[in-house]
Amino acid sequence: MHMMYFTEQPMSAYDAQAGLDFGATALNFSNSYYNPVEGSRLYNEYLEEYILAEQCGADGIMLNEHHNAPFCMQARTNMFASILAAVTKRVKIVILGNPLPLTENPVQLAEELAMIDMISKGRLVSGFVRGGGQEQLANGVNPAFNRERFMEAHDLIQKTWTQPGPFRWEGTHYQQRVVNPWALPLQKPYPRVWIPGVLSKETVIWTAQQRYPYIALNTSIEATKTIHETYDKAALEVGYTAGPENFGYLIRVHVQDTEEKAMENARQFMWMQGEFTGLANPVWANPAGYFSPSGRRAFVEFSTGRAKNPRGNPTFEQQVADTMIVAGTPSQVIERLKYLVEHTRPGIMGIWANDGNVSKQDRRRCIQLLCGEVMPAIKEFGATLGLKDPWEANAPVHLRYSNDLAGQKVAAE
Amino acid sequence: MSVVWTDMVKEIAGIKLHISRAGRGQTVLVLHHDIGTVDRLPFYDALAEYFDVLIPHHPGWGKSERPQWTRHPRDIAAIYAWLLADLGVSNVSLVGLGFGGWIAAEMSSLSPEAYRKLVLVGAMGIKPPEGDIADQAIVSYIDYPRSGFHDQAAFAAIYGDVTTDQLEAWDIAREMCFRNAWKPYMYSQTLPHLLGGVRSPALIIWGDDDRIVPLSAGHAYARALRDATLTTVPDCGHFAEMEKPDAVAKLTADFLSRS
Repeated sequence: MHMMYFTEQPMSAYDAQAGLDFGATALNFSNSYYNPVEGSRLYNEYLEEYILAEQCGADGIMLNEHHNAPFCMQARTNMFASILAAVTKRVKIVILGNPLPLTENPVQLAEELAMIDMISKGRLVSGFVRGGGQEQLANGVNPAFNRERFMEAHDLIQKTWTQPGPFRWEGTHYQQRVVNPWALPLQKPYPRVWIPGVLSKETVIWTAQQRYPYIALNTSIEATKTIHETYDKAALEVGYTAGPENFGYLIRVHVQDTEEKAMENARQFMWMQGEFTGLANPVWANPAGYFSPSGRRAFVEFSTGRAKNPRGNPTFEQQVADTMIVAGTPSQVIERLKYLVEHTRPGIMGIWANDGNVSKQDRRRCIQLLCGEVMPAIKEFGATLGLKDPWEANAPVHLRYSNDLAGQKVAAE
Repeated sequence: MSVVWTDMVKEIAGIKLHISRAGRGQTVLVLHHDIGTVDRLPFYDALAEYFDVLIPHHPGWGKSERPQWTRHPRDIAAIYAWLLADLGVSNVSLVGLGFGGWIAAEMSSLSPEAYRKLVLVGAMGIKPPEGDIADQAIVSYIDYPRSGFHDQAAFAAIYGDVTTDQLEAWDIAREMCFRNAWKPYMYSQTLPHLLGGVRSPALIIWGDDDRIVPLSAGHAYARALRDATLTTVPDCGHFAEMEKPDAVAKLTADFLSRS
């Protein structure tokens, strides 16, 4: 089992009341509330905490990016990935992920990722995402072509990494006359690609068709099972049987020496509670054309206040009861996580550990207990359940590198 | 006199286009707003008393099929030029409402002598010298249309409590706007340079409280066209033909009736 540490890198040093008064903490919530002095302090503290997570035993550091919002300070995930490539020695650098539709130049993205892979000596996991609706608006990218751009950018990056250049790319959204970057990934055929997501069925199916692991982002146990069913079906259709190595699960966890302190800090997960994360305006979070057409009717009703958020807005207590948030002493957390692991069977696990206003001292203690005690116990438990990560399972990087497909077996006979 | 409308479907450029038609006389092509159009409006009926009125749903809006390939209002302009050719009508006048005004201006610039007269109502398509065209991407489906009315009672008279079907239609309309006019948003950088050749006399109508397209864009149109008159409608927002149907219909009909 692969266990990685994650934080949204919250820009916690801002006037939270101002966000509540404005009614949204993304996109148009003014950056006049941003304090670069505090930003500088927090960036450096988060960096030190990643290094601590490696020292304490984490298998990986999971990174992401968001824009125009205090809930995440990473505006370009490749920046922290580059730094970690240089300052860490062992951990996998797991980018979940680069928002492909935001790029106008996927070849340059392929180049940057290849550099990170080489500098880290082959420790990159290169996840890709569509990016939230707000990210499209924050970057001036057309939300109506989001999914098309995602797929085309992926195909171009994959080709850039695997086919010797120069070649020419004349696509629908990208045209590159000369593709021939002089930086290629160290890992062959190319770095592992994992796809994180929340609810989009189309993405689950596409991910299964590529044979990339799908990382469910703090979905409920029931929703996670539905994702697995969708993935399993799509996998069988292209000729393979999905296993734990095809699934990851991100869960919010906070550990301290006492239950009381863990619970108090875990309440900070509610700091930015809203539409997945952050207090969101539904129209910004899901601009027209971004959402699945099948969800259009439900969405317009929700966005105009005629229906409840389909994702709900449960209280902290409810989320703890539902195992959406896990908090306590190491032994308490281990017990809850075992339950979760048994019911969701992931080969990859992301632990989202520190959010909101948790003190530096408590963040560091949480990392020590988490990476030093909780992760080893869960990995050991996972092994007894046969939960292998993609490396342990020696899983192919992409469907095209499979040698166990249903059709292939028939052909071999 | 009650107006009898006939709906028809014409296949143009591989897509099924929905068109409503009524009236007799000279042909007037009415091009609707970015938010689409309801089927019947007093303004449409008023024009149909004097003219042969054609009201298509833009490709991808309303009941017209979505083309996956259009990327610019100029593409829609070409679709309508093709439609008029297939219908066998000539010496047509164009009435462009908001976003439809942009399409009408593109049609005119591509065929400077083809159209009899041109009426632009709160037309998008030119970068306003002062102010910006309102960005519908960051406001709700109801707030955006509302912002186009000076008097909210006029909005309510057309849309009532707003049905879920209407909300869905606005979401689709918004998506089509993004697919055709995302960047730069709702204007062309080349159109102002191409309008000078247009021979058609033009009437430019603007609500004096248009909060979606600043009046400065109307002045820019008036300067770019050879023969244009700008007139404003008092106490009126962007959706002028819906808010002040009598006034806008009279201005339009008088202008189009003059020889």
